Amino acid sequence: MRESRLWFLFVLAGACMIVLLGAHLFVMHLETFMGYLGITIHEPLAYAEVMARAKSVSWLVIYMALLILALYHGLYGVRSVLLETINMKHHSTVTAVIVIVGLIAAVFGSYIVIQSYMMGGL
Amino acid sequence: MRYNNRLGAKGWVIGGNYSIERYLYILHRVSGLALIFYLMCHLILTSFRIAGAPTWEAAMAFVSGPFFKVGEFLVMCAGVYHAINGLRLIIIELGYCIGKPERQEYPYTPSIKKQRPLMYLLMLVVAALVAVSVVDFFIM
Amino acid sequence: MERKTIVFKIQRYAPNQDKEPYFKSYEVPVEQGMTILECLWYIKENLDSTISFRSSCRMGICGSCAMFIQGRPRLACETQTLELKSSTIEIKPLPNYDIIKDLVVDQRNLFRNHKKVKPYIISEKATSNPTKEYIQSVAQLEQYLQFNYCLKCGCCLAACPTMATDTNFLGPQALAQAFRYNTDSRDRAGNARFQIVDTFEGIWRCHMAGACSDACPKGVDPAMAIQLLKRHSIFGSRKEYSDYAGPLPKNRRPDIPDAPAPTVKGARTNGRGNGKGKKGRR
Repeated sequence: MRESRLWFLFVLAGACMIVLLGAHLFVMHLETFMGYLGITIHEPLAYAEVMARAKSVSWLVIYMALLILALYHGLYGVRSVLLETINMKHHSTVTAVIVIVGLIAAVFGSYIVIQSYMMGGL
Repeated sequence: MRYNNRLGAKGWVIGGNYSIERYLYILHRVSGLALIFYLMCHLILTSFRIAGAPTWEAAMAFVSGPFFKVGEFLVMCAGVYHAINGLRLIIIELGYCIGKPERQEYPYTPSIKKQRPLMYLLMLVVAALVAVSVVDFFIM
Repeated sequence: MERKTIVFKIQRYAPNQDKEPYFKSYEVPVEQGMTILECLWYIKENLDSTISFRSSCRMGICGSCAMFIQGRPRLACETQTLELKSSTIEIKPLPNYDIIKDLVVDQRNLFRNHKKVKPYIISEKATSNPTKEYIQSVAQLEQYLQFNYCLKCGCCLAACPTMATDTNFLGPQALAQAFRYNTDSRDRAGNARFQIVDTFEGIWRCHMAGACSDACPKGVDPAMAIQLLKRHSIFGSRKEYSDYAGPLPKNRRPDIPDAPAPTVKGARTNGRGNGKGKKGRR
């Protein structure tokens, strides 16, 4: 694939993450601030809360989307850094390593998300 | 014998007296690498939820000290900076806010100067969000 | 007139004697109006004849005397010594090139990359005996004119952070020239050039640090050229192509005087045409 297509996907993933990851960060870390905005968040890291989020379909979709977008965006960025430092004549080896790492992380992450969704449903 | 004068990775940081965008570039790169490293750790840590409540509580207790609190704050800062500066990069890399090709008169106003108002505006947003995080993390 | 003695710290390296570059200081009496290049010539003529540097036109046209002056790549001939407002001035060869001797760097990488992007007009008509000149409007000219002023001095490659590590990267100079020829209304090889620059070693190694445009002594603005190449590779470019000049209008405007009589006997008297540019797609 032409590099421009890969790069455009990278930028699209980044743009989506500004919204999605922004929401995720604010919910998980800025409880007090969100309280002022009228959104009360209680102990976002308590086990009951975590599993309650896990069983909701909308959080499932958000988590899966975040996982895929973040892995693609992040690993494309790592590939850029590697290509600029390793100086190979062809990019295929670097790209292959990055794709393998990405696939492992994606499979592992989606297993966790789906497994906890099913557990929460019980 | 030629002397190889390529600056290497240190040239990303200290290349010379250039304008601020070159330092934003390396900060963007460092924050991005930090975030992908954090994402991998985050994936492993949050996977403990499927092992049941006690394991989850133990994992959360492990990362609850002041060291991890500061780490969490740094991740927040890296995320905020990377997101907002990334927005600026998307805008200018797609050719907006950098002006059009035109006849140049000395002193030149290249693209990097034309996007500077946008850069200052977005850096103010970063500063505001980091300030909110400081208040929320350490004061509230 | 302002006079001042200024210490020049100059990086020296002789390939057969030195393992590492080192600094040597020279004191130069500087008068107002003296450029860095004139100071270097003063040193070579009066203090140390072994010092090497490139220079030619001494008026910012040839691009030979680019060097790293006070932490920035600049043309020595276009830098006023007293305007640097410092009693010691540090001069190094351009970074990101191999040093041949002292301030002389090996620019082969620059020229090799410049050649890679086909920096010339490619058009089926131009290669088969052209019969007339092309017509290009002022607006079409200004699309690329800024990038046409590139001297190939190599300041942008010295400033580029990607160049600091990446030996495959085409570099800001070559990419700006790819843009210059892609936007030229006479050129029709945009796709061929995108095959070269839309790669992992082309425009996508640029992350808009902007140092190239910051350093360019001619206002060429390679960073803008690269961002516009990115834009065109994503959204496509709507480019106007220009064609051969049309035939002369039959009825000449009355306010235009006759051409002077030809000075060479038997010379053809075909004048300029008045054809308009044709619109087309890349």
